[in-house]
Amino acid sequence: MSARENILGRVRNALNRKASPADTAHIDAHIAAHPVGMQPPRDWEPELRFRARAEALASTVEKVSSLQAVPDAVARYLVVNKLPTSGVCWPGLRHLDWIGAGLGMEDRPARGADLVGITGCYCAVAETGTLVFLSGPDTPAATSLLPETHIAIVDTARIVPFMEDAWALVRAERGRPPRAVNFVSGPSRTADIEQTVTMGAHGPYRVHIILVG
Amino acid sequence: MHIRSNEFKARAAANLGDAKLQKGLGLIKVKAVVNRANAVAEFGDFETLREAGKQIRNRALADLDLYLERFEREAVARGAVVHWAENAAEACRIVVNIARENGVKTVAKSKSMVSEEIGLNEALIEAGIEPIETDLGEYILQINDAEPPSHIVMPVIHKTAEDVADLFHEKHGTPRKTDPAALTREAREILRPKFLSADMGVSGANFLIAETGSTLIVTNEGNGRLCTTLPRLHVAITGIEKVVPTLEDVSTLLRLLPRSATGQAITNYVSLHTGPKHIDESDGPQQFHIVLVDNGRTKLLAGEMREMLRCIRCGACMNHCPVYQAVGGHAWGWVYPGPMGNILTPSYVGLEKTVPLPNATTLCNQCGSVCPVKIPLPDLMRKLREEQMARGLKSWPERLGLALWGWAAQRPALYALGTRIAARVMKGLGGAEKLIHRLPLAAGWTDGRDFPAPAGKTFRELYREKRK
Repeated sequence: MSARENILGRVRNALNRKASPADTAHIDAHIAAHPVGMQPPRDWEPELRFRARAEALASTVEKVSSLQAVPDAVARYLVVNKLPTSGVCWPGLRHLDWIGAGLGMEDRPARGADLVGITGCYCAVAETGTLVFLSGPDTPAATSLLPETHIAIVDTARIVPFMEDAWALVRAERGRPPRAVNFVSGPSRTADIEQTVTMGAHGPYRVHIILVG
Repeated sequence: MHIRSNEFKARAAANLGDAKLQKGLGLIKVKAVVNRANAVAEFGDFETLREAGKQIRNRALADLDLYLERFEREAVARGAVVHWAENAAEACRIVVNIARENGVKTVAKSKSMVSEEIGLNEALIEAGIEPIETDLGEYILQINDAEPPSHIVMPVIHKTAEDVADLFHEKHGTPRKTDPAALTREAREILRPKFLSADMGVSGANFLIAETGSTLIVTNEGNGRLCTTLPRLHVAITGIEKVVPTLEDVSTLLRLLPRSATGQAITNYVSLHTGPKHIDESDGPQQFHIVLVDNGRTKLLAGEMREMLRCIRCGACMNHCPVYQAVGGHAWGWVYPGPMGNILTPSYVGLEKTVPLPNATTLCNQCGSVCPVKIPLPDLMRKLREEQMARGLKSWPERLGLALWGWAAQRPALYALGTRIAARVMKGLGGAEKLIHRLPLAAGWTDGRDFPAPAGKTFRELYREKRK
């Protein structure tokens, strides 16, 4: 008998079942229906809520009218905060005029020494002020993780109210979740020493969100 | 991990006088407890949310075999390798074998209580593989000669910034600094190269999702993301009870877990992992292994402690426990402290090795009233006490005392006479100040405070007089 059979056998004994019922219809039905559970009341407008929650989690947020305006916004943010003006961006953002804005952005996944990472995002969740990232060749996770400064570009049309709406979008557009789905809500933090909240534990020290819309 | 639960009384007594520990425990009351209360108030109808969380966990446990089989099928279809471990030794053997077969030399570990439970670090070291704890708190413990954690969410709650300053100065050979931000940066800079060079990442899993065959972890530091993104292998170890049916179900539980643990509406990072990387991806592990550990969980499922399997490991029960707040987690002598530990430790390692634990409680139900999945913790502790009595695990004076009381309580006339005598004797002992300084057979109680003397008449006598 394998460990698997022993464990499942003990589970069945505990549940007073002789063998695994061939009819799994009730669990299949629940999974197929995947009903939405309890959510907080939706007494807010998604973009405003997203902004308020992201700022409450120590991200900074600004808004520009078009994707073409992003490089100048990035340059302003980096210069005002005395941060390096070179770094890496997702391959999909290579066509933006970084050089024209005075920035040096390489379109490759981030490595340990890169200090600025610029990404898009799959969608954003208003309820919690959260950015959602899906893994894939054009969306390297390292870019939102290794650099000390993470700048994320968010299309306001992709702000959904709740986490469940993000899952619905993944199911509708991708069929199933890719290898990794990462929900990011503000800079990396720890409170392990004397419960004192400290930014930049292992990931970014700061997250700047540029809304486009 | 060596089990020291039977030393509870002595260790608790020592901890009461430990000023550093008391400072850390004091912070729980003003931070963790207050932050949770604020987060719960901000959410609104948290009581209904707790009930929803309870129902989701019950649904999963009621068909645990089916959901596990579905989880396994979906995970394997996505290219993950699913392993089953009956006990701690088997779980360690599985992880060590994966490491050996792939020539792994270093392992970057994200925080995992199951890995503490099975003693994974010791097993890896024995096999010549270096485990590196990357959660800041767990890292501090590891370099302090593998000290055990004292809290499941805040593992170094018993240490001050001064302690960490001394430790880093000694172990890193760097100038001493006491600012938590500077200490955190120092750990970050030491751990970053280790992440980049680790062959294997080990994480736990807060939840397993049957619908998609995914594991889910919540972290704040980002070390969980690094451990599961950079190394060429990822091994997720977790208990079989962690399965939930759907992504929607896990979304509800994610509204409960961080609010209950730290008062956050969401942790900084929530990561869902399904299968290994694609050939055209630049990051992600080439192999994804999931180790499902029983180690006593099926025994819980079969018995009166089944409700304990709903636990989502938030730590709210210990944060709100007056006993935990007074003596700290190390007194529990194993991996899980506080009210959850009062149930899990006897269940996993045996009632005879943990005699004090079901009694390390006032049964005040602070824990039960904050539990995000409504586990009736005091009821479970009471059942364990009954089992201890039935198995003769209590001390002979306690057994004799309870036997005598039980015998008398079944004889009302005798009982009334006994209490009448006792009330009068105790009134006499109290004297003019109406305080008893020393009670025979209860010196442990009166050593620290006076016992208020009774008025001299029993309740039944007074009741009879009033009715006239």
